Amino acid sequence: METFLQQLVNGISQGSAYALIALGYTMVYGVLRLINFAHSDVYMFGAFMGYYIANSTLGLALGPSIPGAILVMVGSMALCACLGILIERFAYRPGRSPSPFTLSFWFGILGAGFGQLLGGTLVSVALGALAGAVLGFVLEKVGLKPKPQSSHLKLLIIAIGVSFFLENGGQQVFGADPKFFPQIIPNRSIDVGGVSLDTQKLTVLGVALLLMILLNVVVHYTKTGKAMRAVSFNLDTAKLMGINTDRIIAFTFALGSALAGAGGILVTLMYPRIDPLMGIMPGLKAFVAAVLGGIGNITGAMIGGLIIGLAEVMAVGYGQSTYRDAIAFVILVLILLLKPTGIMGKGMVEKV
Amino acid sequence: MKRWLLWLGVLLVLAGLEASLRGLIGPYAYQITVLVGVNIILAVSLNLINGFTGQFSIGHAGFYAVGAYTSAALVKFGGPAIRGLVGFLPAIGQDAVLLLAGLAAAAIVAGIAGLAVGIPSLRLRGDYLAIVTLGFGEIIRVVILNVDSIGGARGFSGIEQLSNFFWVYFFVLVTIVVIHNIVHSSYGRAFVSIRDDEIAAEAMGVDTTRFKVLSFVISSMFAGIAGGLFGHFTMYLHPNSFTFVASFNVIIMIVIGGLGSIEGAVVGATVFTVALELLRKLGPFRLVSFAVLLVLIMIYRPQGLLGSWTLFKGRRKAAPKAMVV
Amino acid sequence: MKHRTWSHASFLVLTAALAACAGGDQSADEILIGEYGSLTGTTATFGISTKNGIEMATEAINAAGGLLGKQVRIIVEDDQGRPEEAQTVVSKLINSDRVVALLGEVASSNSLAAAPVAQQNRIPMISPSSTNPAVTEVGDFIFRVCFIDPFQGFVMAKFAANTLQFTNVAILRDIKSDYSVGLADVFIQNFTTLGGTIASDESYSGGDTDFSAQLTALKATNPQAIFVPGYYTEVGLIARQAKALGIQAPLLGGDGWDSPDLIEIGGEALEGSYFSNHYSVDDPSPAIQKFVTDYRAKYGETPDALAGLGYDAAMVLFDAIKRAGTTEPQALRDAIAATRNFAGVTGTTTLDEHRNAVKPAVVLQIKDAKLAYVETITP
Repeated sequence: METFLQQLVNGISQGSAYALIALGYTMVYGVLRLINFAHSDVYMFGAFMGYYIANSTLGLALGPSIPGAILVMVGSMALCACLGILIERFAYRPGRSPSPFTLSFWFGILGAGFGQLLGGTLVSVALGALAGAVLGFVLEKVGLKPKPQSSHLKLLIIAIGVSFFLENGGQQVFGADPKFFPQIIPNRSIDVGGVSLDTQKLTVLGVALLLMILLNVVVHYTKTGKAMRAVSFNLDTAKLMGINTDRIIAFTFALGSALAGAGGILVTLMYPRIDPLMGIMPGLKAFVAAVLGGIGNITGAMIGGLIIGLAEVMAVGYGQSTYRDAIAFVILVLILLLKPTGIMGKGMVEKV
Repeated sequence: MKRWLLWLGVLLVLAGLEASLRGLIGPYAYQITVLVGVNIILAVSLNLINGFTGQFSIGHAGFYAVGAYTSAALVKFGGPAIRGLVGFLPAIGQDAVLLLAGLAAAAIVAGIAGLAVGIPSLRLRGDYLAIVTLGFGEIIRVVILNVDSIGGARGFSGIEQLSNFFWVYFFVLVTIVVIHNIVHSSYGRAFVSIRDDEIAAEAMGVDTTRFKVLSFVISSMFAGIAGGLFGHFTMYLHPNSFTFVASFNVIIMIVIGGLGSIEGAVVGATVFTVALELLRKLGPFRLVSFAVLLVLIMIYRPQGLLGSWTLFKGRRKAAPKAMVV
Repeated sequence: MKHRTWSHASFLVLTAALAACAGGDQSADEILIGEYGSLTGTTATFGISTKNGIEMATEAINAAGGLLGKQVRIIVEDDQGRPEEAQTVVSKLINSDRVVALLGEVASSNSLAAAPVAQQNRIPMISPSSTNPAVTEVGDFIFRVCFIDPFQGFVMAKFAANTLQFTNVAILRDIKSDYSVGLADVFIQNFTTLGGTIASDESYSGGDTDFSAQLTALKATNPQAIFVPGYYTEVGLIARQAKALGIQAPLLGGDGWDSPDLIEIGGEALEGSYFSNHYSVDDPSPAIQKFVTDYRAKYGETPDALAGLGYDAAMVLFDAIKRAGTTEPQALRDAIAATRNFAGVTGTTTLDEHRNAVKPAVVLQIKDAKLAYVETITP
């Protein structure tokens, strides 16, 4: 019985980690109908930003304390939001709306890579980036324009490309070897009748629930939320109704990415090892959780995350631990066979 | 009669190339050429689901793995028996029989796996179907990790090297001809009709569920053959080669080539494989540059490198017209 | 049309520029040696350590005047930790770069994929740290300088049963790693032969961060120790989570644990745990101390076992080139095979007739956040 209760606790804490990531997935999907594969890498980025902030002069001065934790959390969420806006602006928006400087941006990155490869100094990187950006600008001026983009599949490939980019770029910039995340809030284990609870796990569950409620409020009870739902319902009509759709989509990305950042910090508090590929597996399972709950549905993402977390832990505890990575998918297949749009998902009307 | 002569000529050309190619371009380029061929089979076959039928599978690596392991296991455990049966043949003939037996088994087992995945696709659409296919791929990988007799986490080693340029490109041609004939037959246009408008197709009397499942089964069979050829070329298999990233790679191939065109899939698979080799000179920036190029191609040339260009202009154009009627 | 022409042109130019950049040049006064390993990907940290070790060995030999009057140059290829990539890059190294010998890989799965290519081309290959016995069975050109699974599994089983007098041990293995699975299997076999019982056998996947479910299940079986033959990247987290769940039993492991990061992440939770290794960084022998000091000076961290093995693999190869007096593959192979009592940083290596290293293992205990020597076990 004790063991069972302990496994229940383990499952809920693992599940709340998945749920945290799933919330961001489902947000972006709900508005854009886009599987943002880069989301799990923004989560990784958030963890690394938190790591660097905590190891900065200010972070070290504050140490493991509440103000220190808030600094790390807020700083990393803000940086993730910026990254989310950049991704949206330079990868997803071209083809939907006019987006000048897209080529400059990407060529600048390639140029910086060349600068690093050929010179290896800060100056050569800067020169390379500049040369790339100028080349991109010139090419754009002479008429290389993004093609109008409507296909989901192609947006999905862009998402995969951005995800590859962040993973491989991360390995170059942050280093491919794992780093260990500092303790930014003190952790205590509490023993309740033989079951060990720890404060960090409780924090993660609490924050995940809080964010779920907050997001529901934003989406259902604010003006921006109404606009988001309008964009989700029909992008072109929303535009005709006077909604600045680009701004709403950018906001959605910023919000989703900030959530990923929060997830990155909170989950690494529990499991303090970070590396540039850390987002892939949790990201995939979180995505499964979002689909399971009915993708686009915020409460569904939370439920899905908890189900996956609990199922994995119970399968390990009472079955074969070697099959752990398959459990999430087995449950997914079973539930989707019974309810093809997920637990909380609404069936979509087919238009003829 | 003429067709037989054509195939005979093709076989002779392939055999000639097999005999001389390694010497002409060196073993490294030879190896890349063979891998290009395996990737072409994967891309052309996935194109039947994603490009022609308009379904969305990101689990192709699963069928590829099933084929690779099935064929390797059959040859490893049943090899002596089969060789005994055809002992009257010279060694090269025995190898051929063994490889074909392995590939046949690979196609059958992968086809059954495709059927298992195709059936849920009856109820699922779009992104839900995508994630389920991805899930099947991952389940297959985890199961392989757990089967000791085929190596599990240690990998399957000691596989006989039976496939080569000749066999890989022979099956490249078979794949292209079969998929081309399916798609361009009046029977096969049903696939395209599902992509273009499923409801209309149903209204016109197309049994959409049957064709959707069929596309999964056929596509999986060819992926299985690709796996068998791969395993018997590399002589070693490990589940790490069949993660969902491998499925993504096949999708990238068909999208950069041009979705829904056989020529596009061939070009996409070739460009993808060769470009990644050429970019090796960039060292650590290889994959970063590749990712950026991929994003740029999708932004500036979403129709793929080939776009609407096709080798068989007249025939291809006829297809959509017929659909409108 | 205009768009299309431009986009075609720009992509062609770009790809050509990317491809043209940094071509390989070869000169006659160099000895080229190929190295392949995971510099990116989930196992990158092991590949990078190995690369650092090989780099140090190369610098040392070049500073001492090189080999056969020539400088040594290592050509490194990244295989992302994927078997099919390993095979391709080894083919490239042999046929395109024309290397005379190969160093790599860490993971046995990647070595197993690449070894047939080396064997077919008859180019000697020395793996620094692939422990699966099957690797060197591929052919007579394939060598290794590390322990094999049966030996290390035997060492820890013997240590647990005889020295610690344990009779009931649980296993927690990394199902994705051939190294971990191999060690676990051999441990179980030897430990049960020595009269012990296996309380339970659980697993995780390399890269996982949450082990609480497995540990909770293990805890219920009350083992005296838990054998975790994984890598330090996970072991530190496992130790912490075990302590958080109230598990007091010590952990046992293999050379995959050896890294300064192990204690940094595991901290107090690892106190009292044991693992088998090639050497101890605190070993007073001057060769080891020089290696450790130089490594710290160059890379700013204490070397792990993989760095030491990379260093030794390169040194064994250099020594063989010196003895052979040529880089002709067959002669070089014979010289490597004749390696006897080579004093490296990871112990004294002798290659046996199966081309495996025969060398003793040490068992270390983690005490006051330091590694303390416990005993040496010889094959």
